[in-house]
Parts: sequence; structure tokens; C-alpha cells
Amino acid sequence: MAGFPYFPHTDKDIEAMLQRVGVSSLDELYADVPKGFLKRGKYALPESMSESEVREWLGQLADMNPKMKVFVGAGAYDHYTPSVIPYITSRSEFLTAYTPYQSEISQGTLRYIFEYQSMICELTGMDISNASLYDGPTAAAEAMKMAVACTKKKTRVLLSRGLFPHVLKVVETYARFHGVEIGYVPVMGGQTCPNCLRAELAKGDVAGVIVPSINRYGIIEDHSGFAEAIHAEKALLVEYCDPSALAVLKTPAEWGADIAVGDAQPLGIPLCYGGPYIGFMGVRKEYMRKMPGRIVGQTVDRDGKRAYVLTLQAREQHIRREKATSNICSNESLMALWVTVYLSLMGPEGLREVNRLSCDGAHYLHDELLKTGCFEEVFPGKPFLKEFVLKPKEFPGLMQQRLERAGFFAALDTEEGYVSFCVTEKRTKAEIDELVKRVKEG
Amino acid sequence: MKYYDKLVFELSRKGRKGYSLPANRFPSSPAIPETLLRAEAPALPEVSEPDVVRHYTNLSQMNFGVDTGFYPLGSCTMKYNPKVNEDVAALPGFSGLHPLMHAGLTKGALKVYQEMDKALAAITGMEAFTFDPCAGAHGELTGLMIMREYHRHRGDTARTKVIVPDSAHGTNPASAAVCGLEVVEVKSLANGRVDVEALKPLLDGTVAGMMMTNPNTLGLFETQIREIAALVHEAGGLMYYDGANMNPLMGVVRPGDMGFDIMHLNLHKTFSTPHGGGGPGAGPVGVAAHLVDCLPDIRVSGFHGNFGVILRAYAYILMLGRDHLKEVGQYSVLGANYIKESLKDLYKLPIEGVCKHEFVFDGLVNDGAHDDVPGATTLDVAKRLLDFGFHAPTIYFPLLFHQAIMVEPTETESKETLDAFIEVMRKIALEAAEDPAILHDAPHSTPVRRPDETLAARTPVLKYKDAQ
Repeated sequence: MAGFPYFPHTDKDIEAMLQRVGVSSLDELYADVPKGFLKRGKYALPESMSESEVREWLGQLADMNPKMKVFVGAGAYDHYTPSVIPYITSRSEFLTAYTPYQSEISQGTLRYIFEYQSMICELTGMDISNASLYDGPTAAAEAMKMAVACTKKKTRVLLSRGLFPHVLKVVETYARFHGVEIGYVPVMGGQTCPNCLRAELAKGDVAGVIVPSINRYGIIEDHSGFAEAIHAEKALLVEYCDPSALAVLKTPAEWGADIAVGDAQPLGIPLCYGGPYIGFMGVRKEYMRKMPGRIVGQTVDRDGKRAYVLTLQAREQHIRREKATSNICSNESLMALWVTVYLSLMGPEGLREVNRLSCDGAHYLHDELLKTGCFEEVFPGKPFLKEFVLKPKEFPGLMQQRLERAGFFAALDTEEGYVSFCVTEKRTKAEIDELVKRVKEG
Repeated sequence: MKYYDKLVFELSRKGRKGYSLPANRFPSSPAIPETLLRAEAPALPEVSEPDVVRHYTNLSQMNFGVDTGFYPLGSCTMKYNPKVNEDVAALPGFSGLHPLMHAGLTKGALKVYQEMDKALAAITGMEAFTFDPCAGAHGELTGLMIMREYHRHRGDTARTKVIVPDSAHGTNPASAAVCGLEVVEVKSLANGRVDVEALKPLLDGTVAGMMMTNPNTLGLFETQIREIAALVHEAGGLMYYDGANMNPLMGVVRPGDMGFDIMHLNLHKTFSTPHGGGGPGAGPVGVAAHLVDCLPDIRVSGFHGNFGVILRAYAYILMLGRDHLKEVGQYSVLGANYIKESLKDLYKLPIEGVCKHEFVFDGLVNDGAHDDVPGATTLDVAKRLLDFGFHAPTIYFPLLFHQAIMVEPTETESKETLDAFIEVMRKIALEAAEDPAILHDAPHSTPVRRPDETLAARTPVLKYKDAQ
């Protein structure tokens, strides 16, 4: 046998082990498999590569993706990742562990999840956070299911059209199979329409309403009166939010929300073509036992020492099977560590500064773009943070190509014929000036 | 492992900072209206960079991973996580890609998906894969959605039930419920396999399909799989393969050849990507040719699934190539059988015979169930193992046996490691007979000892503010 770096077996080992098992060959270990099922011949796979060849090949593939300056958000944000984070998250005690079933030797994982839960509660203002969900859109889908489970007998959930398209698509998919009817609340004047919301609520049977804290046009929404109207119908208010922006914006709790969800990717997680990211969920305490996912709690051990454990597990699939609150098992634990380290480094001041830089940069870009005369304003005077849309006077594709040639990924076109821009603290004034110059060349 | 009793919040001092941001060179933007702002800043910790590094390094030292030692957690396939995978996933050409970039800007990433699609198809005998699901249970849900789509496309809306063996992973029935399907359980025989006679009367026009893992959660090959697949297909249903137990079949048997129509793979189990303390994983779903049309309408995650995880799995497949694939399956089976045969005199083996990648004991022979003979429970055995530097196996699952201990060694463990584990398991069995108090009080040498779970559930303290 040629040997392979991940397999420690020598011929002698194999022989001794086969002998103990009482079979004469490795093939005999499959004697119970009906003959026709055993694969004959080689698999249609490439030949084994050495480690250096793997690096070389994947390096070539990585180089096929041109390096761009990202001026697009739309649900994935190019915020800076401090150097500390990958060093901590690549510690193999964290990286190569699994779900902390054996709490005595998993206090590291359990403690950072407890810290993560605490931080999500701080950002959202909610009472309780879980240990993470897959991503923002699936967190919204879980919130939809939860609203139905919490309100009993009601089967409709309303979605604001202001949610990003990828969020709508995932919630709609889950709803279709879970037997939830979806209704929509349109956007008027750049904001989820309160009167339309009341009209939809009046139709009855509404279990929950999902609205974006910042919508697909980048506008910070005013949800005054939403909670009252929704609670009057005994439905749940779900706020979909960018947790980075929650360092400054009114919290879901302050809006009166029952559930806060979103993607915590903006908290220092690289874009990485869409994943791994991390869905978060915070809820009011009366909904604690309806919550999906793992939850870590504090307790004491036999000797009275502070200790942490997975708790309230009677909600989960491995105990309740088809009666569980969700089917989720593996979630995004390492990304929760990623977020926890990020928030520890940034603190309230750092996060406020990130928002300040992004907001000032975005407004500078917005104003400079308008000065070019190449755009019309779509929602004049509406407040935005780091993302906005404009209506281009030329065909968006041509502008995008011109920007791409200059190394910018920007001016993402929307369904409505607008183009969207996003600025994070990573974008410099020089980059913005260069981008504006390229726009003008059209 | 030493006990370290800090939370990052407790290190916080007003005015300390751990970040560095560029100077603001922009004009001030107009103020956001007061009504849209939060009343108070969030109470996040204020700590320096060295504080953060030391804190999390200390936390990591209270954790046990595959790189620390043997982790025979059944059904979880805790194999070695190759380091080259981490390096290639961190390449800026991949990590800097925005998910909404068009194909012209992401040629390298798209090539990774295409190559993975081909490779997984070759390994499993499926036709095509979707990479959107982020974990195994997410894959199950996606696969069941595809199953329902298939019946809907044929205009057959009466199929609302899914059959699940009583030995199935808890995620199977849970995923079915999320997908709006009713779960019908089929019993296992005394030999641990699905009872084909009990299955027959369950099959009618209301059955959408059947979920199975093969080998099953007892680590036993479902020898009547051909008959089962034929019966389900005859009744108009589809066969779903839960890929959680794919490891022993790597390079030997393909689910597609066994008659399965839909399946998921856990890239974080079978394809060596790290478990990360409970994710991120990836659960790509493969379908047979007649189901490819059912894929497009189903969108289960925001963008393209967990690309970073898919990249790592691709690097693993490239390393293995066609040359070493079969060794994965064979060595995983060899290791499991070796442990089983070396311990079955002291631990109850409910079902004799060659297992696949894992097996289940039903507790100690001296299980403490009879007052006159000393003994200990499975929980005691698991906790005592921690004292010897091993992670415990999966315990109390599957539910078929009251004292289940489910052991899965994987192919990346040496004979010396397995021998050391066997020796400790034998020592623990002797302790249980001679001085069971040692087991009841275990673990003795871990940073904390048997936390009070009842207290945690009865008086939930779920965030720092609750603890203050």
C-alpha cells in the first residue's frame, strides 16, 4: 500500500486488526453488502494530488476571480476583519471540536456561545438569544415558523416588500412547504407602508409580520405604531436587522418587536461568496420555549464552580423529533466565535465609529454621484446609513462594465431599474473619488 | 486543562479599546433623526487587543477537539481536519468574493462548484447536486422539499407522509415536520434492520417517500435495501438517503446504485471539514436524473451555501483522488470492528456481526441495574473516559437501547490510539465492578465536574445581564 498522510495504518497494523476482527481481508468487511452494490473499478475522480499541487491548483482558481473594490451590500457587507479573529478562530481546540455535548471538556465553546448570546441581546435589546442559525434568510424563515407556532391556529405571515429579495425567496420557500400563507406589505415612498400593513392585518389570520430595520433601498425605516397595530391583532412583530447598524439604530426591542433576526455577517465575517455566515435570533422571554436552535445557560458544577451547559434541550430535534421547534442541529458555532471576538475588539465605541465612517462615506459618495448629473434621486431626504439607491440616466450595464474595468464592483442593478451602492469603513475617499470619475466617463 | 473563570464582560474597563480604524476624511453626514436612534449604547465589553487574545486563548484551553485527542463520537465522523484545507479557504481570491458578483467575476469559484458537482456525483452515483444547504438537517429539509416538488409536478398531491425507521437520527422526523410531512415510523427487527414485513402495510398512495441511512445508526448495513427500495418505488414513493453515515461506503458502495433518489452529504463529517464547535457545516443534496427538474424552485439559503466549507471539502477530495477514496471506507470499518471485538466481553453487544463505521453497545455488562452487583451506567462510563483524555462516544442514542454507547473511530486514528482507548474502556469496566464510586463521581480531572443541568433549565441564566 502506497500510504497517505491522513491514514496512520501500516500493513502490519491492518493485518493485526483484521485478525482480531476475524476476517481475512478488508474486502471481507463488506461481505454483508449484496454483491451487485459493490462498486467495481475506479471512480471517475482525478488522480490524488500532493499538498503542493492542491495549493497550486486552488491558487490558480482563486486568481481567476479578479480582486475588486466592493461598493455593493444588498445583504453581504465588506466590513474590516481585525487580524485577531482568524488567529483565535483557527485555534484547533475551537475549530476541531463539535457541539459541546460533554460540557466538562467544552467550557471554551460554551463560554463563547454564552458571551455571543449576551452580545446579541445587547445589540437587539431582546431578552434571549440562541447559539446561532445558518444565515439571515433562514433565521427569518425560522421566525416565520415560530410566529405560527406561538399564535396557534393562525396561518398567514406578512412580509414587507422592503426585505431583500434573497430573504423573501428563502422565507417563501419555507412557507410553501410548511403550509404557511404569505401576504405582502408594499413599500410606499421608500418605507414599509403603515396603512397597507393595517389593511393586511384587518384581513385577519395573521400570525406574524416581518419588516426590515433597513430596507432593500438602504433606508432606515420608521416603525412607529407597527407593534401596536400588530399586537392588537395578536400577531408577532419580527424585525429583520443588520446587527452592526444596531449599535446606533433603534433596537428591535425599542420598536416593540417580539423576535429580532438577521445575518451577523457584517460583524467582521468575510464576504466569502456568501458563506459561511451566521443567522442570529433574539426573542422576548415569553417565547423562550418556542425558540429554535441551541441555547447555552449558566449553572454550577458539583463543586459549586461556575459552569456552562446546553440547556432547554426539550425544544430540540434529538429529544422531541417531529415535535421539535426546528430541525436544526449543526448551526454556525465557529462564526458565533468570529462575531464574539469582533464585538469584544470593537466594543460600543468601535462599532459606533464603524457606523460613522460608513455613513459619512456613503453620504459623500451619494452626493458626489448626484453632482455628476448621471442619476436622479429616488427617495429624496430619506435617512440612510451605508447603502442607498439612485436611478441612473444611462443603461446600468454600461456603467457597471466601466466601473468593473477600473476594479470596482458597484452600481448593482435592482428589479426596479435603480442601482445600489454601499460604503463601509474599508472604502477610502480616494477610491470614492476614482469611482465617481469613472461614472462621469460615460 | 485548567479552569479559567472569566467572561469577556468582566475584563471590561471604560475607555479601553481593542480596535484600530482609519481617520474619518469625509464631511459629516446629516444627522439621523432621533426617533430612529437607540436610547443607549449597547453594553459591549471595552477591552484591549491583548486582553481579547489572552481571554479566548484561555477559553480554548478548556476545550477538547480532534486535534487534542481521540473523539469517537458516534454518527458525527470526527475525522482529522487537514490543514491545507484551511489555507486554501483563506485565499483572498475566494474570501473577498461578494455573493452577488456575476459569473464573469467569479470564474474560479464557479469552477469549484462544477468540479465538486462532478466529484460528488461520481462518489455517490447521483446525477447533480445543489450546494445551498448549510448543514445535514438543512440538506434533509431540502431533499424532502425536492421529494414533494416531484410529486407536485406529477399532479399527485395526496402524498403527505414520509416513512422513517425508529432508529433514525432525530433530524429525520424533525425535517419532515418542517417540510409539512407527516412522519410514520417503521420498526426495526431484533437484528437492528428495518422490518420489511412491517413496512409493507405502510406503503400506499399517501406515502411521499422513505428516509433511510445505510448503514443505519447501529452501524449495520441494511441488507434488504434492494427489496425496500423496490417496495417504496412500486408504491410510487421516493427513497431519501441520509448521508450522515456515508463514511464507511466511501469508495465501496454508492447510494445511487442502492436505489436512492435523493440524498445529502455532510461535508463536515465525510469530507473532513472542521466541525467548528457545532458548525459551519455544509449539506449538499444530490438527486437522480429524473429529479433534476425539481431543483430550481427551491431556495433554502441566502446565496450559494457555505462556500468556504465547500472549498475545504474540494481540497480534501483532490488530496484523496480516486486512489485513496476506498481506504476511507475500509479503514473506518476496520477500526470500528477492531474496538467492538476488543470490548464485547465487558460491554453488552446487542447485535453480533460485522458492523460498518460505528457500533452500539448497550452499556456495561456490570451496568448497576441489580443492587447486589456493583456497576455503573453509560453516563458514568462517558464521564470517566474524560479523565483519561478521551472524548466520550455518543450516548443514549439510538433510542433502541436504554444504555446506548455509540462508538465511531474514523479512518484517521492509529492502532496505538485504538489500543489505548480499548485499554481504558476495559479499565473502566473493571472499576465499575470493583469501585463504581470512582465512576459515579467522574470526571475528576476536568476544568468543571458534572454541571447541574436541572438548575440550568429550571432557572435559566442565558446572558451576562441575567448573571449579574
